[in-house]
Amino acid sequence: MPAFAFHAHAPMRQDGRALPRHTHLSDEALVALVARGDETALAELYDRVGRVAYGIAFRILRDERLAEDAVQEGFLAVWRAAAAFRPERAKASTWIVTLVHRRAVDIVRREERRRAEPLDAAARGDAVDPEGSAEDAAWLGFERDRIQRALAALPDAQREALELAYYGGYSQTEVAERLGVPLGTIKSRMFAGLARLREVMDETGSEGSWTPRLTS
Amino acid sequence: MDAETYELIAAYALDALDGDERARAKEVLATSEEAREELRSLTEAAAAMATATVGPTPRPELRDRILEAARAEPQDVVSLDERRGSRLVPLLGVVAAVAACAALALGLWGASVSSDRDEARSALARERAAAAVLAHPAAESSLTGASGRLVVGADGDAVLVVSDVPPVPAGKTYQVWVIDGGNPVSGGLFSPAAGTIAIPVEGHVRDGSVVAVTVEDDGGASAPSAEPVIASAPVTLS
Repeated sequence: MPAFAFHAHAPMRQDGRALPRHTHLSDEALVALVARGDETALAELYDRVGRVAYGIAFRILRDERLAEDAVQEGFLAVWRAAAAFRPERAKASTWIVTLVHRRAVDIVRREERRRAEPLDAAARGDAVDPEGSAEDAAWLGFERDRIQRALAALPDAQREALELAYYGGYSQTEVAERLGVPLGTIKSRMFAGLARLREVMDETGSEGSWTPRLTS
Repeated sequence: MDAETYELIAAYALDALDGDERARAKEVLATSEEAREELRSLTEAAAAMATATVGPTPRPELRDRILEAARAEPQDVVSLDERRGSRLVPLLGVVAAVAACAALALGLWGASVSSDRDEARSALARERAAAAVLAHPAAESSLTGASGRLVVGADGDAVLVVSDVPPVPAGKTYQVWVIDGGNPVSGGLFSPAAGTIAIPVEGHVRDGSVVAVTVEDDGGASAPSAEPVIASAPVTLS
């Protein structure tokens, strides 16, 4: 099993408003409860995944208000569609991030808001969340380093295509235009880059990153 | 799949498609299990890129705003067919309720495993598989000896959902058996817990299989040494 990213069982709560009732549940079990209209389960999912979801939305939109909109729309999509979630298709946390990412991309294209360069250093920043617990910060920092290393290990052309698409919200056609490269080349770079990233994540993910979450 | 399809799915996973291309990708995904599997793993890789970002944290108000909006927002109801195929129609409500209760118990089950990493990891995998079975059951069998049911997925994964199983004496454990034509194979050990628990059965069941539970010495037995305390009706898989 590939084990990486904002893992289901990683401590991700971002404020002190714990909900003891649900903290022992897996993300997937929480989605099952959300499907029954359980708001506290939605809150717990937000506490676990909200920070990463907001991070990617902000990266794309570069605007606090728009990023909040994307996160809200994404979580409302979770709320509405929880009954259709298929745990065998994706981890719940991945599903949520994907929904928020999709909203952010839709917004950035709709707004014609051609935003700062997704590749610039400022976008990477180095802010450390002052609110999160040391444990959260350490874990998230570890994951972040791991994935950034995997990205850095990609050939430049592949990484550029992935970052323009995923962090910039550009379509593959737009990426090709921006870079002045044939569309076919961009398509194959995106696939090769993402497949390579998957491979690297699987390899490095087998050691050390998985933290069983014990009952509280 | 050809190279073009792989590329289409990768671009879909990155949200890098325009409207028309997105529609074409969805068509491909609707008809190809291979394509869906590829999308699943590429989506994990794409979502990992989200974790790599560093940025500001959301304002605390956002959480309240989302919960407030959710309260005002109706939820989609998944149709019967989507949820579980055409069989076992009248049980839908019951199954949904059981699935949700079981999800609760599954969380407890997952959390109660030892902190040994491999063990915890495989427990998590079992929990996921069980959640998939409960969300999309293909068949169910009633139980004797306990209230609950055996829920079976289309691929033969099975989950035993039981309520209020009494504790076993010290030095004893419950052991699950999958019985095909009189030959019991161990389906794993479990300890009882209060309330409803969902026990993922190791191995697979087939049409006609019976799942039973016996009380055995700690560590389990290679064959049942006593009469079952719980037994399912034979599984009916189409």
